[in-house]
Amino acid sequence: MKEIVVLSGKGGTGKTTVTASLAALAKDAVLTDCDVDAADLYLLLNPKIKDAFKFWGSQKARISEKKCIRCGKCEKACRFDAIEDFKVNPTFCEGCGVCCNICSQKAIDMVDTLSGHWYISDTRYGPMVHARLGISEENSGKLVSLVKKTAREIAEREGYKYIITDGPPGIGCPVISTFSGADEALIVTEPSVSGLHDLERLLKLAENFKVAVKVVINKFDLAEEKSREIEQYCIDKGIEVIGKIPFDEDVVKAISKGIPPVEYSSGPAAEVLRNVAVLSFGESGCRQV
Amino acid sequence: MIIAIASGKGGTGKTTVAANLAVALKDKMRVALLDCDVEEPNAHLFLMPEFTEKESVVLPVPSIDSDKCTHCGICTGICAYHALADLGKKILVFEELCHGCGGCSLLCPAGAITEIHKEIGLVERGTAKGMEFVQGTLSIGKVSAPPVIKKVKSRIKSGPAIATAAVIIDSPPGTSCPMINAVSGADYCVLVTEPTPFGLSDLQLAVGVVRELGIPFGVVINRAGMGDDEVEKYLQEQGIPLLMKIPFDRRYAACCARGGLLVEEFPELKQTFNNLWKAIERRVKA
Repeated sequence: MKEIVVLSGKGGTGKTTVTASLAALAKDAVLTDCDVDAADLYLLLNPKIKDAFKFWGSQKARISEKKCIRCGKCEKACRFDAIEDFKVNPTFCEGCGVCCNICSQKAIDMVDTLSGHWYISDTRYGPMVHARLGISEENSGKLVSLVKKTAREIAEREGYKYIITDGPPGIGCPVISTFSGADEALIVTEPSVSGLHDLERLLKLAENFKVAVKVVINKFDLAEEKSREIEQYCIDKGIEVIGKIPFDEDVVKAISKGIPPVEYSSGPAAEVLRNVAVLSFGESGCRQV
Repeated sequence: MIIAIASGKGGTGKTTVAANLAVALKDKMRVALLDCDVEEPNAHLFLMPEFTEKESVVLPVPSIDSDKCTHCGICTGICAYHALADLGKKILVFEELCHGCGGCSLLCPAGAITEIHKEIGLVERGTAKGMEFVQGTLSIGKVSAPPVIKKVKSRIKSGPAIATAAVIIDSPPGTSCPMINAVSGADYCVLVTEPTPFGLSDLQLAVGVVRELGIPFGVVINRAGMGDDEVEKYLQEQGIPLLMKIPFDRRYAACCARGGLLVEEFPELKQTFNNLWKAIERRVKA
């Protein structure tokens, strides 16, 4: 089984577009969305939810007004500025429990918090595991790990060859969880100063993992000079650029219709996306659409 | 006045809006730009700041004196992040899991735990085009962005008098802790989106966050004319102000791609950004 994660560093470079296209073409894959903060893959893959689960991701402190003697010790000890006027601000509480442990009146409880939901679904292309973190919740890394673990179990149990994962932007907690255990990272970048800058930081992070890295440049023709610079940068680093996707209005139209771009048209962008799928799964591992 | 530029979805143009708004305003008032997208800070690529100060951001993690430790089990028992494990002869610290809450050192009855400072990021301060510029950068491989964001924002207090200045915060994408830390405390939040189903879906999530935080907000649609009109329909239904539209134009895309500023290269957009400011100001003062 091979786990391919689609990442980008910079947001909005086209991770979901690429992931959905790979998902539509791979014959034999479990699909996951690890961008639990702003999950969008469902908009193109249209999953039918089979099982929904609650994610109890964290604990938050709760102060009993009755027992509290307003000594202020908890507010002083809290390093996350989550206690003010003897009340807990759940947005900033990180669930460390220091307040609960030092309260002489036992006036503070740690309460399990529903931090989101996760789902096992069916799509036209295979099973999908996805999640939605609750608004202003934390512990996205833990939810990502849970999604990935479930996808692996399904792949092993049902004999799927690939797991294809849509990843989150950035280089922090959820990205580190997404990298963990992956065999290959497909990094989608765009030809811009920001795209290159963020690619460099993501590649440095990738060095910490045993993961093969490949790059796709999206909308390469919007800034061809920058695109060449990124290609040269990748060559110097020994990283293969396996696709240069042109700007193509059909991609925008496909997204607006909620269809993976490779199924919407056979235009120039779809052609490159198909080629990326063939390079990833082999000709025999790809579906004809 | 503190204005946070945020979005649920990444790559919608937060940095474009933040940098261009700052430059459009700088001749009229004092402006400070705070880049709080510490995982991928990009505003510096457009504004080319000169930094004069540098400060590292540290997380206090426990260091355990094995001679004093009695293996009573308190520290390993209370650590909510499972960052401590008792190996019998010594206590092992998993620094990557530690949130720096200080519980273990506070509660150790043997006084065996002190805290050492681990660097997790950097805050740099300087000037760019006559504006104050502060940027946070999370060290690669570190998980926790919020302490770096808080440190960047702590500069607001020591900065120019807020009432007469525009403090513009470039926020990270998403809806979880980094984004919340960046936008909280702002007088107004500008949510940047694009007219696609992805843009709409993530905008709805971001609206949920700013509503919960009680921050007044409006929306900027970038690359207008490219996708569909569902975002505008949503704004109308919800009564959310549409503050500005930046049309999709290959020339604009090319300008941003090489690190150029729209307000410097396209005079028509300078007026658009000035109007954006007027719209924000009017709403904050109302």
